[in-house]
Amino acid sequence: MSTPLAQVYFVEPWWVQIIKSLVIFGVAFGVLPVLVVYERKLLGRFQNRYGPNRVGPFGLLQPMAEIVKFALKEPFRTETSVAYLFRIAPMIAMLTAIAGLALVPFGDVQHIFGRPIGLYGIDVSIGPLYVFALAGISFYGIMLGGWSSGSKYSFLGAMRGAAQLISYEVSQGLSLVGVIITAQTLSLTGIVHAQAGMWYVIPQFVGFIIFLVASFAETNRAPFDLVEADAELVGGYFTEYGGTPFVAYLFAEYMNMIVVSGIATTVFLGGWLLPFGIHPPGWVDPIVVIAKMMLFFTFFIWVRATLPRLRYDQLMSFGWKILLPLATVNLLVTAVIVGSR
Amino acid sequence: MSPGYDPGADVIQVVRSPAPGPVAGAYRAFGETLRGLKTTFARVVEGPTTIQYPEEKTPVYPRFRGRHRLHRFEDTGLEKCVGCSLCAAACPADCIRVVAAENTPENRVSAGERYAAVYEINMSRCIFCGYCEVACPFDAITMGHDYELSDYTRSDLIFTKEMLLAEPVERTPLRTEGE
Repeated sequence: MSTPLAQVYFVEPWWVQIIKSLVIFGVAFGVLPVLVVYERKLLGRFQNRYGPNRVGPFGLLQPMAEIVKFALKEPFRTETSVAYLFRIAPMIAMLTAIAGLALVPFGDVQHIFGRPIGLYGIDVSIGPLYVFALAGISFYGIMLGGWSSGSKYSFLGAMRGAAQLISYEVSQGLSLVGVIITAQTLSLTGIVHAQAGMWYVIPQFVGFIIFLVASFAETNRAPFDLVEADAELVGGYFTEYGGTPFVAYLFAEYMNMIVVSGIATTVFLGGWLLPFGIHPPGWVDPIVVIAKMMLFFTFFIWVRATLPRLRYDQLMSFGWKILLPLATVNLLVTAVIVGSR
Repeated sequence: MSPGYDPGADVIQVVRSPAPGPVAGAYRAFGETLRGLKTTFARVVEGPTTIQYPEEKTPVYPRFRGRHRLHRFEDTGLEKCVGCSLCAAACPADCIRVVAAENTPENRVSAGERYAAVYEINMSRCIFCGYCEVACPFDAITMGHDYELSDYTRSDLIFTKEMLLAEPVERTPLRTEGE
């Protein structure tokens, strides 16, 4: 089916789409608190301690307690804030983060109840472009949140965040272009199918590293978390937020991490494919994808436990002087090799 | 430092490699990052060193100065304290109150002539210096090992003679040799 914006490769009836989106949304939303407690417990292990283990069995109910605490907070805003933007900004951040999940393929087309269903939100001909477009919009969530708070500190935090996101989006995009040239398709399922022989992490290793580093910056994770910099700033652009809007920003950050892990899994780690010619039945595919995503998530936490936060000028010079030239060279080399074949 | 000071042999020359350029710097940063990742992962392998406090208690050394204890003679069961108030006199925080009374043949409490009718230690004032222990001529008061001394009201922190004479409900673990 061809629409004005993009070509949809696998067309399904509208009610299947709605059910699928609800399932993906529900699973991702249910997984978020688990990821939060997983991160805290793992961070504890990296520091010779247990992490939260008091609420519920093994501390698994910790995020529930925190959510209840945040939900019961008084909704407040500063007198100088712009009310409607102040309320909309966290929603934008959250919405763009969730919308990115639509393209992550969790498996190929499977027959569920005798009906072929693609185990992904939608398979379109603009895969990575859609993701980058949403990343571009998510920047409004940060920018509007910081600006509409009516506090100069939030505004400065938003400026820092915006500058960082813009700088690293370029490198992130360029690192994916190398893969797209190799795979000759913009469909994310197509990219997975193109990796049947070899995952792109091997031929595109430099691109993989660049994507990884840029993803840390894009999701505002350590060592590039100077957008929020909890130790030296109060909280960057969400300083004035409390209660549920604050949780919305937090959820957006974790959802962004899930999406980035999903994209990296799809593009570099062969999605649902397994190495050594293992072909499990179709229902294993989502498990494989989620396991690979968890691998990425664990690495995110590992790096957070290891690396200290960069200085702002280091961040900028690293992004523009090292990462971007490296991504460009990687792209050019890939283009020359693919073109000469 | 005097103006004519010659550092001479005191100076230690530190040999440093030249500052790396952008490529070498990036390469070195990458290697150091991997080394850092290895370091933090070794912490996971080590496992947590946390003591789960309310369930697990930190063992104390034998000479740890915790909550005071009053003692009796083991054979006769009489109190060692004779109510001389030397502990109260030695106490820099002034937290001990002793009221002495005469022993009578019908009511014999201590081994000496007199006994402590009232013996109170205000734990909210005590600084656990151990001077009372040193001052006591009969070793009637010693510093115990208990350190869990919180309560909801200040008056609950005034320990009476009966409380100080009684065995502690929960024993604090003692550190073993070489621990």
